[in-house]
Amino acid sequence: MKTLRLDRTTTLNIAAAVAVVVALYLALVQAPAPANVDTEAQSYAQRIIYFHVPHAWVGFLAFLVTFLGSVLYLWKGERRWDILASSSVVVGIAFMTATIITGSIWAKPAWNTWWTWDPRLTTSTVTWLIYVSYLMLRSALDDPARRARFAAVYGVVGFVSVPITFFAIRWWRTIHPVLFDTSNMGLSPNMRFPFFFSLGAFTLLYFVILIQRVRVERLADEVERLKAATLASRRW
Amino acid sequence: MSFLRQIAAIIRKDIIAELRTKEMFSSMFVFALLAVVVFNFAFELRVADAATIAPGVLWVSVTFAGMLGLNRSFVLEKDRGCLDGLLLAPVDRSAIYFGKMLGNFLFITVVEAIILPIFSALFNVNLIQTWILVVLLLGTLGFSGVGTLFSAMAVHTRAREVLLPVLLFPVAVPALIAAVKLTAGLLDGQTVADMANWMQLLVAFDVILIAVSYMTFDYVVED
Repeated sequence: MKTLRLDRTTTLNIAAAVAVVVALYLALVQAPAPANVDTEAQSYAQRIIYFHVPHAWVGFLAFLVTFLGSVLYLWKGERRWDILASSSVVVGIAFMTATIITGSIWAKPAWNTWWTWDPRLTTSTVTWLIYVSYLMLRSALDDPARRARFAAVYGVVGFVSVPITFFAIRWWRTIHPVLFDTSNMGLSPNMRFPFFFSLGAFTLLYFVILIQRVRVERLADEVERLKAATLASRRW
Repeated sequence: MSFLRQIAAIIRKDIIAELRTKEMFSSMFVFALLAVVVFNFAFELRVADAATIAPGVLWVSVTFAGMLGLNRSFVLEKDRGCLDGLLLAPVDRSAIYFGKMLGNFLFITVVEAIILPIFSALFNVNLIQTWILVVLLLGTLGFSGVGTLFSAMAVHTRAREVLLPVLLFPVAVPALIAAVKLTAGLLDGQTVADMANWMQLLVAFDVILIAVSYMTFDYVVED
């Protein structure tokens, strides 16, 4: 059996894996059951909050990183910012998909419907669509410089439009539970530790996956460079 | 040439080109008309009162027809090498952006002007009210603003103009929501003061997105 490759990121990877497992335990076993729900199904479903909300926040973090990477790429023109932006989009889409799916799973016992065009859900869907469109734009362009430039522009414009979409929520009646309006965040004190631990675990997971993706992109670039160099040096 | 004159020259060029062929205008107009008729058939059996869906149908028709116009404007530029000509001319890149954007805005507005009476008759709603027209113009402005930037990107891709709806719709959603809400409210008899939030949202969308598009247009057209 080949030996496992150990490098600087291995400790981070292991830490992320452990953190996620511990978060699972805290959320599913340790955290107290909610007090003000009607059915048993809703009581179990409430535990999704330990995953659903952290995934949503990490998803937005990922898109913020994409925005910063896009701005930096337009400003400096260095390929590494483009790599950062595109890698973060992919991870962000994964987390946003998880958010939407976990939200839907929670919604069925809580609201008796899988989906509703509640503004917050609509915003999340629109954000998700913007970043899927980002990937489609990238895949439709062949020239690497143009691809990086256009993607960066779309990343900037897309990100700017999200807060505007978000504000539509404030002015609609919404049935989505609002986490920050009440003084204790809608979570009892015993629930706060599992929640914030879960948030930390998934943020760590985000960084770990992001780092690996960035590495893959850099290796792909290196392969392209070596390929071009080899083809150029051969005497035909 | 001053900045405004540059913009005016580009708009004038587009208008003259369009007056000669009328191909973009006629396809936009026919498409909008077809969309209105098809929606009529699509919803008629389900909806008791056609006026309830009128705002949505109006904005969907305007959006799709506008998409056609946005596409054509840059496809023509690229195919005939006009874009290179524009870039070589001593005009600011931002003048090109505003010129194309205002040209697109003008074309879509003309189509709307003709569609609106037809629409009002088919759906039996009175859309020719001052504030509804204001909302229509504001929505079209924001749509053209972002759409011009994205169509400049889309023409360079393999998928060409098919990519424009994919890029444009998610970003234009807030403007669309606000416009439909405002139109529906105005048809119901509410005043703009009641719906100040939505008006602010629409104006904010226009201002912010046009500013961002103007700032990033350089990166899209340079080679």
